[in-house]
Amino acid sequence: MSETALAPVEERKEKICGLGRSRLRVEDARFIQGKGNYVDDVQLPGTVFGDFVRSPYAHARVKSIKKDAALAVPGVIAVLTADDLRPLGLHWMPTLAGDTQAVLADEKVHFQNQEVAFVIAEDRYAAADGVQAVEVEYEALPVLVDPRRAMDDDAPVLREDATEKDDVGQGARKHPNHIFNWEVGDAGATDDAFASAAVTVAEDITYPRVYPCPLETCGCVASMDKVRGELTIWGTFQAPHVVRTVVSLIAGLPEHKIRVIAPDIGGGFGGKVGAYPGYVCSAVGSIVLGRPVKWVESRLDNLSTTAFARDYHMRGELAADADGRITGLRVHVLADHGAFNAHAQPSKWPAGLFSIVTGSYDIPAAHCVVDGVFTNKAPGGVAYRCSFRVTEASYLIERMVNVLARKLDMDPAELRLKNFIKAEQFPYTSALGWEYDSGDYHTAMKKAMEAVDYAGLRKEQEEKRAKGELMGIGVAFFTEIVGAGPSRNCDILGIGMFDSCEIRVHPTGSAIARLGTKSQGQGHETTYAQILAEETGIPADDIEIEEGDTDTAPYGLGTYGSRSTPVAGAAAARAGRKIRHKAQMIAAYNLEVHEDDLEFDVDGFRVKGLPEKRMSMKEIAFAAYNRVPPGLEPGLEAVDYYDPPNFTYPFGAYICVVDIDRHTGETAVRRFYALDDCGTRINPMIIEGQVHGGLTEAFGIAMGQEIVYDDDGNVQGATFMDYFLPTAVETPVWETDFTVTPSPHHPIGAKGVGESPNVGGVSAFSNAVIDAFAHHGVNHMPMPHTAWRVWQQCRDLGLEK
Amino acid sequence: MAKTQITVTVNGKAVEALVEPRTLLIHLLREQLSLTGPHIGCDTSHCGACTVDVDGKSIKSCTMFAVQADGADILTIEGMAAADGTLHPLQEAFRQEHGLQCGYCTPGMIVRAYRLLQENPNPTDEEIRWGLSGNLCRCTGYQNIVKAVRAAAAVINQGKEAAE
Repeated sequence: MSETALAPVEERKEKICGLGRSRLRVEDARFIQGKGNYVDDVQLPGTVFGDFVRSPYAHARVKSIKKDAALAVPGVIAVLTADDLRPLGLHWMPTLAGDTQAVLADEKVHFQNQEVAFVIAEDRYAAADGVQAVEVEYEALPVLVDPRRAMDDDAPVLREDATEKDDVGQGARKHPNHIFNWEVGDAGATDDAFASAAVTVAEDITYPRVYPCPLETCGCVASMDKVRGELTIWGTFQAPHVVRTVVSLIAGLPEHKIRVIAPDIGGGFGGKVGAYPGYVCSAVGSIVLGRPVKWVESRLDNLSTTAFARDYHMRGELAADADGRITGLRVHVLADHGAFNAHAQPSKWPAGLFSIVTGSYDIPAAHCVVDGVFTNKAPGGVAYRCSFRVTEASYLIERMVNVLARKLDMDPAELRLKNFIKAEQFPYTSALGWEYDSGDYHTAMKKAMEAVDYAGLRKEQEEKRAKGELMGIGVAFFTEIVGAGPSRNCDILGIGMFDSCEIRVHPTGSAIARLGTKSQGQGHETTYAQILAEETGIPADDIEIEEGDTDTAPYGLGTYGSRSTPVAGAAAARAGRKIRHKAQMIAAYNLEVHEDDLEFDVDGFRVKGLPEKRMSMKEIAFAAYNRVPPGLEPGLEAVDYYDPPNFTYPFGAYICVVDIDRHTGETAVRRFYALDDCGTRINPMIIEGQVHGGLTEAFGIAMGQEIVYDDDGNVQGATFMDYFLPTAVETPVWETDFTVTPSPHHPIGAKGVGESPNVGGVSAFSNAVIDAFAHHGVNHMPMPHTAWRVWQQCRDLGLEK
Repeated sequence: MAKTQITVTVNGKAVEALVEPRTLLIHLLREQLSLTGPHIGCDTSHCGACTVDVDGKSIKSCTMFAVQADGADILTIEGMAAADGTLHPLQEAFRQEHGLQCGYCTPGMIVRAYRLLQENPNPTDEEIRWGLSGNLCRCTGYQNIVKAVRAAAAVINQGKEAAE
C-alpha cells in the first residue's frame, strides 16, 4: 500500500530504535530543567504537614503522652497517638512478613526514634514546633542490641505483644525473641562431604547493617475527598499497586476508592518497598481533617527508622578434596530483624533467595540454616540494590572461596575456574534447589583475567610484597537470581509476583503503554519503549510509557530485585507480539493475501516474495480503526500479565586492584574492571550507567557504610556527617565490559542488571583489601574496610611503622 | 511568628516575599515561589541537592535563611535555559552523556557545575571531581557526570572562541 520508496533497512531500524541501541533517555528532558515531579513537589491547596514525635529510648514503656502544650502551639492542628488510632484499628499494621508493627508506639517503644505521636500543623515549621512541645514520659527497660544474645535465657523479652504467639509470620519459634528457623538443603549429605573431605575451612562473616539511602527520603501526600469517598496517596512507592491493596486491607476502604500514585522517585534501592507509619498517619490525618496531609522524612528519620538492609551474622564452612574441588558447603546465619519482623521478601522465603549461596560453583552437597531474631533496632530487612538477600549469599561464598584458596595455597581465580558450573551443565540445578537458566562462567572469568593482565598483576604484587608494600587483587564472580518471580515460588500477601503491560495504539500510529512496575531512575520510559518498538515496529519515540498510577496502570508488583526487565519487560515483549499478531491479520485483510503470506519487516508487514507490496504499522494502525477483517473487533490494544516460568540468573566477573598505605590504613582503588552478563542488552548506555551506580554503592558499603548502635541502642551517626556516601572524589573510575548469554526462557532473552554490580562489587572490594594481607596469614577482615579498621589490621601485624 | 519582607531577584525576575526569620531559602524557593527544581536530600548541608547560585557563589539553600538572601541575585535550575528555551550546554551534556538517572541530584549538580565552569573554564577530571564534591549522587557513580561537565566545558569554550 505504501506509495513512497522504502528507506533502507538500517535507516528504518534506527528510526524504530529497538533493542541494543543506546537511546538517550526520554526522562531527562524534565529532570535537567528542574521539572521533575517528586512527592515533595506535589503542592495541593490546603495541604497540612505531619511530623513525628520519636522515642529517645530504644526500649521503654510509654507512661503518658501530654498533648496540651503542643496543641497550644500556633499552627498545630492535631496530635495523634496510638490511643487515637486504636478505635480505627490502625494503631498496629500488618507487615509484609506476617508480623504486626506499631504505627504509633502502643504502651512500649522498641527502638530508638520509633514513632510515638504524629503532629499535624499548618506548615512544616509549626509541625516541628509541635513535636518539641509534646510531653512523653518513659520508663526505660533493659535493651537488647546484640543478636547473639537475643535467645539467651536472661535476655529481655522485647515483644510482649507477641509472647503468646507461636508464629510471627514465618514458622515456629523457640524463644520470645526468636522469629523463625529456616532450613534448606541436605544435612546428611553435607555432613558426609565434610567427614570425608581432605580440606575444610570455616569463617565467621558478618554483613553489617546498612541503609539504601536514596537521595530523596520517603514521603507521601494523602488526600481524602470526603464527597466522593476517595483517598489519593502520592508516595515514594517502588510498588504502588501493593500499597493500594495494603491500604485497602488495613484501612477497610474499598480498593476502587483508593488511588495510589508514585510520581518521580529520587532513587529507591529497596528502601521504598515497605509500608511505613508515616503513610498510615498521613492517610488517617487526611480522612479525619478532610485536608491533604504531607509527610516527608528528614535524613535522620530515614537513616534511623526506615528499612535497613543486611545485618546478617554468618558462619560459612567449605569442604574440598586435595585438588581444590569443593565437595560441600555449610552455612548458618543469625539474622537481626530489629524490633518487628517487617522485612520485604516474597512471603514463602524467610531469608529471601539466600539459598543461592552455592553461587557460581558446582557444589554437590549443601546445607543452610537461618534463624531470625528480634533486637531493639529499627525494623526492616530489605534488599539494598539486591534481589532478596542475594548479596549476603554471594558475599559469603565469594569470601569463603578465598579462604579456601588460602588454605590450599591456590590462586583464588584458579580455584574458581576449577569449581565453576560448566557451560554445558546449563540448565543447572543447584544442591539447594534452584534451576540456573544459562551461563558461561569460564569464558567470562578468562575474559576478565585477560583484560586486566591478571598474571602480570600477581607478579607485580609479589614484587611489591617483597618490598613490604601492600597491594591487593580482589577477584569476585557472582551469580544472581532475579526477576521475582514465578508465582509457584513467589507471592507478596498472597499475590503472585507477575507483572504486566497494557498497550494501546492510536489511529495515527503512535501508542501509549502502561506497566505495573515503577522506575526510580532506571529509565523505564526509555527502555520499555525500545522493547515495544522492536516487537511492534512502532518507533520508540512514538510510544509513551506510563507507570505508577494505580487508576490507570495494570496491576503489577513493582520495581525491586531487578525484576522490571525479567518480568514487566517480558510482559511488554508479549503485549507487543499480541499487537503484531493482530496487525498481521489486519494487514492480510487489507492487502488481500493470507496471513501466512506476510512477513514482518522492521516497521510493517510485506508479502513474501513481493517486498514492494507492504503495509506499514502506521497504515495498519489507521486500518485498525476502520477496515478490520469481518469478525475481528476494531482497535489495536493488548494486555499481558506475565508469570515467569523461572528466575533469571545474571552473572559477572569483577576484578579490583587496591594499594594500601600501611602507615594510615588508607585504601586506594587503582583499578576496577567489571564484566557483566545480563543476557540480551536492551540499552547499553543505560546498562553501563546502572553498573557505574551499583559499583559506587558497593564501594560505599564495602569501604565505609555501617549503622552502629551503642549498648543502650542509641543509633551512632545516622546523618551524612557519619554515614559514608562516596563523593566524586573518593569514587573510583569504573571499567565495564560484557558477555551475552541470553536467558532461554525470557521472551527477549534479557536477565536484568541493576543489582549485579552491587552484588559482585562488595565481594570484589572486600577480597581486594583482604588479599593485600593474605601473605601475612589473614583470612578475613570485617566490613566496612575503613582506614581505621585497615590500620588496626596493619598495627596487629606490626606493619604500621 | 512575625514576618519580614525581602526582595530577591530569582532567575532574572525581581520578587518580593514575606518570610519568617527562620524560613530557609530552600523553602522560600520551593513553597512560596513554586520553584521545585532544587531539592532537599539531607539536613546537614552534605548532599547538595538544594544547590542554587547566590550572587555568583554556589549556595546550599537549605543552610541559608531567606532573610540572608535579601537583595541577592539567585539562579536556580529553572533559570539555566535561555529565554527561548534553548538548553544550557550543561543541561544538554548531562543528557547526552547519561549524567543522570533518578534526577534528584541533577538540578543541584548542574547549577554547581555552572559555577565551577565560571571559576575554572577548563577543568581536569580531577578538578571536576573536587569541584562537585559537595554534591552527592546515589545513582550514576559520577563517571558520566564528570564526562558531561567536561563535554559542556568544551562546548562553552568553543562558543567563546567563535565569539572572539
